[in-house]
Amino acid sequence: MRRKPFLQCSLLMSAAAVLALSLPVRAQLSTVQLQAWLNSPAATSHVGNITGNAKAAAPVYRRYCVGCHGEFGDGNGEVAQWLEPPMYPKPRDFQLGIFKCRSTPTGTLPTDEDLYDTIARGLDRSSMPIWNTFTKDERANLVAWIKHFSPRWQTEKPGTPIQIPPEPEVTPERVKAGQEVFGRVQCWKCHGVQGMANGPSASTLTDDLGRPIWAYNFTDGSRPKCGSTDRDIYKIFMTGLDGTPMPSFSDNIKPDEAWDLVFYLRTLQPHNAYNAKEKQIARQLGLKPVSPQ
Amino acid sequence: MKKQRYSKFAAILSGLVLIGFGALSLDQNVSAAAEGSIAGTVKLDGTAPHMRGIDMSKDPYCVKQHENSPIALENVVVGANGGLANVVLYISEGLTGNEASSSSSEPVFDQKGCQYIPHVIAMNVDQKFKVTTSDQTTHNIHPLPNAMTGNIPWNKSQPPGAPPIEASWKAPEMISVKCNIHPWMHGYHVVVKGPYATTDKDGNFTIHGVAAGSYTVTAWQEDLGTQTAKVTVAAGKPATANFSFKAK
Repeated sequence: MRRKPFLQCSLLMSAAAVLALSLPVRAQLSTVQLQAWLNSPAATSHVGNITGNAKAAAPVYRRYCVGCHGEFGDGNGEVAQWLEPPMYPKPRDFQLGIFKCRSTPTGTLPTDEDLYDTIARGLDRSSMPIWNTFTKDERANLVAWIKHFSPRWQTEKPGTPIQIPPEPEVTPERVKAGQEVFGRVQCWKCHGVQGMANGPSASTLTDDLGRPIWAYNFTDGSRPKCGSTDRDIYKIFMTGLDGTPMPSFSDNIKPDEAWDLVFYLRTLQPHNAYNAKEKQIARQLGLKPVSPQ
Repeated sequence: MKKQRYSKFAAILSGLVLIGFGALSLDQNVSAAAEGSIAGTVKLDGTAPHMRGIDMSKDPYCVKQHENSPIALENVVVGANGGLANVVLYISEGLTGNEASSSSSEPVFDQKGCQYIPHVIAMNVDQKFKVTTSDQTTHNIHPLPNAMTGNIPWNKSQPPGAPPIEASWKAPEMISVKCNIHPWMHGYHVVVKGPYATTDKDGNFTIHGVAAGSYTVTAWQEDLGTQTAKVTVAAGKPATANFSFKAK
């Protein structure tokens, strides 16, 4: 009787070792492994003060997500074959563990909040709707569930979110400085000098899996893929959209300059809920598009 | 019960320490004896395939760099006497696992004239390498490893004058690297374990730092695949291995 805890402990340890050994080589968990994982602390997500539980998400995933993302999370659901990029991007392959919308540096896993936000926000210009029909708990549960598809979640921790300084006041100087950044790092190579997604490289863009993909058109009134707020836009070019041609500019744009660029990008968009001030400044300055050289 | 556990813990700990010392002494033995080398030539058997010229008209800067010397794709580069350039040679069998890196210097992957110079760089697992830019146009450097291997894809921009990017890879893999802005730009990071070499423009190579022993050497070419050869290296003496790829 006295030996029992020790035995249990060693059994658990060896089970963990077996799991750890078999995980990196297998993309998909076996039923037994999945059950073990579902009962482990790894099968949770933490979003603010909500704790998501993967077990609770399984039926929701099977009801609402499986059609596109597939039973095995490989993005090969029944409907996927009818989605034709670039007009209709293919569903995310969760097995790769590569995500567009992150607050973390390029090449790292997103945080639970990042995944939660993507579910809540949906992905504009794709078949991923806004899932605000789910409760907050359901969304957090799904975040936990998504993480069992890729072995990366077992071997890696999410990246450290990038530091975003508080947003400064919009000034004409900042808008002009932002335009200089736009010219210097050559955003226009893909996005075009007027942000119309018609830069010289726009027509040949492909994603990591070789499928055609469009650069974001600032002028057509669509929402940026990873959120519409100033902070969201800041994150997009400072972390890059992994799996797509959009690189991270964090090595080449300083945090303060990044805000300038956000303000300039706002002037390219048509009037919306966020850019009244920037549009006014652009008009006063009589801003002309940068010249491609 | 408690005492028993402590003694077990101590036994395991001392075992680990012993193994550690063992590994250290082994390492020393190997580096002392690893002065042999494998040299040879990699050739193409047959006529060199036609390499399509590159249309760089998307970016006038790139066009300007090659005004007087039009360039072509570099998938198969053939030099004097049919020697194949950009072939990576590494030891695929026979390594003890204690080999020192065959090169202490950092491989550099430069972006120059809207091309990768060199087209292929080889490196060890966890060896640091540098990506630099000599161009006055923005590149994005986008390696595309298979995330299942443990190498994670990333994508960073390098505008004119940007500082070098330093990175390393976690697992052996032939990693394709591209620039989305200039879709013709394509190169490879070849990540291997143990001593390695890359052929020069005429197909010559020397793998340094090989300990005495019997090995299988693999030659890898991006389009033509792999060839292997069995090689025996005597202590401190150079061995020879020649490879020949059939033209497709």
